[in-house]
Amino acid sequence: MSQTYEKYFVPEPSRYPIFGSIALLLIASGAVMWLNKVGSGPWTLAIGFAVLIYMLFGWFGQVVRESEGGSYGKNVDASFRWSMGWFIFSEVMFFAAFFGALFYIRVLGLPWLADSDNSLLWPGFSAAWPSAGPLVEDPFTPMAAWGIPAINTLILLTSGATLTWAHWGMMKENRGQLKAGLFLTILLGAIFLSLQIYEYMHAYHEMNLKLTSGIYGSTFFMLTGFHGLHVTIGAIMLTVMLFRVIAGHFSKEHHFAFEATAWYWHFVDVVWLMLFVVVYWL
Amino acid sequence: MAAVIPDHLHDHHHHGPTGLMRWITTTNHKDIGTMYMIFSFIMFLSGGVMALTIRAELFQPGLQVVQPEFFNQLTSMHGLVMVFGAIMPAFVGFANWQIPLMIGASDMAFARMNNWSFWLLPPAAILLLGSFFVPGGAMAAGWTMYAPLSVQMGMGMDMAIFAIHIMGISSIMGAINIVVTVLNMRAPGMTMMKMPLFCWTWLITAYLLIAVMPVLAGAVTMVLTDRHFGTSFFNAAGGGDPVLYQHVFWFFGHPEVYIMILPAFGIISEIIPTFARKPLFGYASMVYATASIAILSFTVWAHHMFTTGMPAVGQLFFMYATMLIAVPTGVKVFNWVATMWRGSLTFETPMLWATGFIFVFTIGGFTGLICAVAPIDIQLQDTYYVVAHFHYVLVAGSLFALFAGAYYWLPKWTGHMADERLGKIHFWCSMVFFNITFFPMHFLGLAGMPRRIPDYALQFADFNAMATIGAFGFGFSQLIFIVVLVKCVKGGEKAAARAWEGAHGLEWTVPSPAPHHTFEVPPVVK
Repeated sequence: MSQTYEKYFVPEPSRYPIFGSIALLLIASGAVMWLNKVGSGPWTLAIGFAVLIYMLFGWFGQVVRESEGGSYGKNVDASFRWSMGWFIFSEVMFFAAFFGALFYIRVLGLPWLADSDNSLLWPGFSAAWPSAGPLVEDPFTPMAAWGIPAINTLILLTSGATLTWAHWGMMKENRGQLKAGLFLTILLGAIFLSLQIYEYMHAYHEMNLKLTSGIYGSTFFMLTGFHGLHVTIGAIMLTVMLFRVIAGHFSKEHHFAFEATAWYWHFVDVVWLMLFVVVYWL
Repeated sequence: MAAVIPDHLHDHHHHGPTGLMRWITTTNHKDIGTMYMIFSFIMFLSGGVMALTIRAELFQPGLQVVQPEFFNQLTSMHGLVMVFGAIMPAFVGFANWQIPLMIGASDMAFARMNNWSFWLLPPAAILLLGSFFVPGGAMAAGWTMYAPLSVQMGMGMDMAIFAIHIMGISSIMGAINIVVTVLNMRAPGMTMMKMPLFCWTWLITAYLLIAVMPVLAGAVTMVLTDRHFGTSFFNAAGGGDPVLYQHVFWFFGHPEVYIMILPAFGIISEIIPTFARKPLFGYASMVYATASIAILSFTVWAHHMFTTGMPAVGQLFFMYATMLIAVPTGVKVFNWVATMWRGSLTFETPMLWATGFIFVFTIGGFTGLICAVAPIDIQLQDTYYVVAHFHYVLVAGSLFALFAGAYYWLPKWTGHMADERLGKIHFWCSMVFFNITFFPMHFLGLAGMPRRIPDYALQFADFNAMATIGAFGFGFSQLIFIVVLVKCVKGGEKAAARAWEGAHGLEWTVPSPAPHHTFEVPPVVK
């Protein structure tokens, strides 16, 4: 008895991975040199990023060609779905490390620092949040939740809706709606990022809130900064999707790259909601 | 229905780049697995040289061989190189070679990404080993890189941080590849509960990797910003807490030790049934035990921190949670012994290593249980007892299992049987010298000798001399393995497809050596 099976696509040998490795080696060495002020760090770093961008263009370009050329069957599609899910899980755990640091400091670290055991060491220190710790004496204003951050929450939630609307466009094979939805989502992402940059500038110049403002500044900028980086990556992914849609890629049945980008965007959205509640609001 | 077979399916010859470019560009899981294993063996020898330098310094009290600053670099780098350079990549190499063969897949799910996962390791190794030669030398804060020490070091620390980032990217991509391969690429009929246990243990290990490598990345990123950008995560003056680093690090670190032992359990669970000529006793309970260990591993991290001034409630919770892990681990040891019970046992080299593993790993497990008891651990913290404990589980556990697996599958990889006589000599030398090295360390630790110190009080001299002799014996015994490898690759007794008469599983249905492409038509498992 013979049976039908679908051959799993195994790519031919590729030179892109080694370019990626060279890029990361250059980026890491460049960063080390720059931070320690030896050699020509910025140049090494820049060359590293140039190689990385070349690699990403080449590699993803090849994946797109393979996908549009019909190399990826149902099985490969399932692999992509599993892998994107697990990748997002790894990102969740990355953010969990920083959220965990924030919770630890607020719930355990600061109260211990202010308890009677340490009163000789840090007299008069109380564990009220936001805190810059007992020795940082540069007063700052904490970031309020109900200004730009609340507007940004609305913007990101709206962008989630426009992205879903774009997906409906894909499913109804309405390319106009798809393009408009994608464009709106990218636009909202860009507005979000602009407001975030404005907020940072405002914090540095008018509120004296800096990365060096003790543990509040550390956790604030680390969490919102890494989130902003992820929004940037998500927006780049969305832009690639828009260009692919304009180039006529994707069909109603075959558009996982688009879906993966949407998953990622919603993940970034959820992280923001967490941030809004525990970093800005509470 | 007609089978849809593309023409090139019958082309079993390798095509594409040749020479060095073949290895740089390859997307073949067997090539990549081989590279992982060669890389890890080179790193194993590098880390071994560091260990022997440490032991040479500790041969006698006083300072003879190295400066204390360099000694600290050696202990730190020995740990990092062995954990991230030797043990972990070696297991990934096994996964690359064996998982597709064992589940009847044509390759890994993402063959190109698989290549990148491997080729990220040499840059990380360059950063790590290169840091010895920069001003200030290599990172010397211990492999755990505790703040505030790690906040104070020179550029070697930055190189270690970026090396860890790169190895983390490699591990996460490798782990996603393995999870997806196991979940999505199994041959028809290969249900989850029919999978060889090695695939199960790697599935669970990969899940652990995806969960905790990003946490380590977060921890070292906070160290980096504390060092260079003025943040206060680990600085009490700014409201941070150095103990926070330990929490984040060990939230990664404890699952990490299971990352290094679960695949070893998988290898042992393949070998014991083959040479006992009986199916594995309690297959399902093995799967559940592995999963339980993985889940519990997230709830025990602070047992590494009993002396940091944790509240008593915390100490009790982490103590009991840790002791609980002995239950599923005990299930495993029981099942291996029960598999051997009344089996028709023979002791070829892989079986020797596997039974040796059970014996010495269990000793390491018991000393772990002793360390888990908070009041005892307060005495043992940072003594040689801890060094003895984790070398019993890491060397006698992970490394012995790696050798067991290598001797077991070398016939499949090379097409030749490994030299039995040399393999047995390798095993007995390793076993004897391992115990000469590490058993006395229990006594040293109980007597109060601290770890990571290049000098010690006179009363510790005898056991230290003994440990050093053992260490050099152990180190040179490993050279036997190089001879075995070279002989096995070059020639030797031809291996049959089923190289061991008691072996079961799909990997033994393909010829030895396994052809470049296998299972392009998935086998049907009944």
